[in-house]
Amino acid sequence: MLGYLTKRLIQMTIVLWVVSVIVFMMMSFTGDPVFMVVPIDATDAEIAQARRILGLDQSLLVQYVKFLTSIFEGDFGRSYVFRQPALELILQRMPATIEMVLVAMAFAVIVSIPLGVYAGAHPDSRISKTIMAGSLFGISLPGFWVGMMLIYLLAVQWGWFPSSGRGDTVEVFGLRLSLLTTDGWHHIILPAFTLSLATTAIILRITRAGMMEVGRQDYMKFARAKGVAPRDVLFRHGLKNSLIPVVTIFGLQIGDLIAFATITETIFSWPGMGKLLIDSIYRADRPVIVVYLMLVALIFVVINFLVDLLYTLIDPRITLK
Amino acid sequence: MSAGKQSLLEVRDLKTRFYTFAGVVNAVDGVSFTVGRGEILGLVGESGGGKSVIGFSILGLIDPPGKVDDGEILFDGTDLRRKSEKELQKIRGKDIAMVFQDPMTSLNPLQTVGEQIDEMLRLHSDLDARARRARCIEMLTDVGISEADKRLNNYPHQFSGGMRQRVVIAIAMIAGPLLIIADEPTTALDVTIQSQILKLMRRQVRERDASMILITHDLAVVSQMADEIVVLYCGKIVEKGPKQDLISKPAHPYTQGLLGSIPKLHGRQERLTQIPGTVPDVRNLPKGCNFRERCPFAQARCAEEEPEQISLGADRSVACHFPLEQELEP
Repeated sequence: MLGYLTKRLIQMTIVLWVVSVIVFMMMSFTGDPVFMVVPIDATDAEIAQARRILGLDQSLLVQYVKFLTSIFEGDFGRSYVFRQPALELILQRMPATIEMVLVAMAFAVIVSIPLGVYAGAHPDSRISKTIMAGSLFGISLPGFWVGMMLIYLLAVQWGWFPSSGRGDTVEVFGLRLSLLTTDGWHHIILPAFTLSLATTAIILRITRAGMMEVGRQDYMKFARAKGVAPRDVLFRHGLKNSLIPVVTIFGLQIGDLIAFATITETIFSWPGMGKLLIDSIYRADRPVIVVYLMLVALIFVVINFLVDLLYTLIDPRITLK
Repeated sequence: MSAGKQSLLEVRDLKTRFYTFAGVVNAVDGVSFTVGRGEILGLVGESGGGKSVIGFSILGLIDPPGKVDDGEILFDGTDLRRKSEKELQKIRGKDIAMVFQDPMTSLNPLQTVGEQIDEMLRLHSDLDARARRARCIEMLTDVGISEADKRLNNYPHQFSGGMRQRVVIAIAMIAGPLLIIADEPTTALDVTIQSQILKLMRRQVRERDASMILITHDLAVVSQMADEIVVLYCGKIVEKGPKQDLISKPAHPYTQGLLGSIPKLHGRQERLTQIPGTVPDVRNLPKGCNFRERCPFAQARCAEEEPEQISLGADRSVACHFPLEQELEP
């Protein structure tokens, strides 16, 4: 286990380093941030000064080495726009995104697993066919369209839900959380639902495929011969056996949603980090983008690690080496 | 069934069909037999002969496109076909238990052996957790697994094939069933393990005065174990009778063919005889006797008329126009 952890840590460091190189290189090709910082009527001398202050007058390699060394000193650079530490800026907005993603994932799991199990157990029934057809909508309807329709109908026309923002928040250990207030829940439902659609459809389809495969196994029939009720055969014996691919996709989806909930956050003016990323890209706020993408890489690596741990909890035949 | 013994299971004119795209398969076609209390019945036949389907039909575990279309399955006097799914769940495992062919696949790989045995007691007994655990240990020891209390926490992949089949037998026996349906219980096992498992099953059944239906393609296994033998061919019974009688004086050419393909331990071994040809396509059975094309004694009548069951004395019957009469050398 210790060996495994060390291996994973080394892997993680390498991944993060590679991401930092790629992102840094890419950013240098995408416009000159100096013009975003200086006023329109700035003189050449002022521009040159701004460039020197931002450290942009040096070669790319020197910039990168400086960036890397300051990371080890705990300094992830400052936003050109907000004049704040980039990491702090992102972390401030992270709770909002994570809250929305967790609600979305919880919703996706609650809906998709039972439906997927049912559709896998009775592949020929009319209900299953309806479920599967419905899941195609979940996959193919673009989130921004669904989001706008929901706002139009449920917020504008009928006024059941607020159309934007996060509502009241409560501060807990320095984190601003909206899930602890009714108003927060009221605000989170529409964006979380929008965000969950595609994931619901994907997990549903994977669960169904797994259950169809498992349904053919002898131990399922043996369980029935033992006198186990059909529903228990499916959920106690079948589901766990088809969970490995489900957990894998679940992990990837949760990372994906945290990192790139951008569209949903933009539509619902959700003050999360995805919106910050979009804003930063518009303003060529390089430090924020670099730190953001590295953080995303870190999130993915950590989630994958947790998924691996989950594998061993699900299947005793899997060991971590 | 030998005279005087009470019957436990009576299958009458059972018909199980599979409605596939390629046509209707009469997997079990008008099969009748009786299992007496404390008796072991051997169901013998080639693969595709409908043997397993009989077992699953009794338990009501035939899935679409299959369907039990006709017949009665009288268990302890009541017809299982008239029972609801809920009622059948109480009978499965408790009154009628099953042992599957391949112990590598019949146990759930993600549950400990203990959980899987315990599930039977949770379903079919009122014991509390401690009593159940004690009972599981006792049962596991009884099927020949040492250090049973530690082994309860192991997963199936930590057991060998023979050990797993012992676990399956423990699961089948623990709720004290009246009838055990064993579907090729030793086919997937090593030859040396086979006889151990068979002995274990026979002892378990005899000690509890339970009955057993032993489904197999192996007449040698049946002759070790069974009291009565039913020989199936293409979903129909071709011959049945008490073991000794049937083995020493097979009346159906198919039974004789099966017996001829068993190697003998003693004496000079001639070439094993084999039954020529293959089982006909069950979706498209020939007119007349199903065995005709492979039968060395077939005559014109066999192609025209399907043979009925004819009685050959007290407990014996055969479905053949020209039953054999000679006695086999032992």
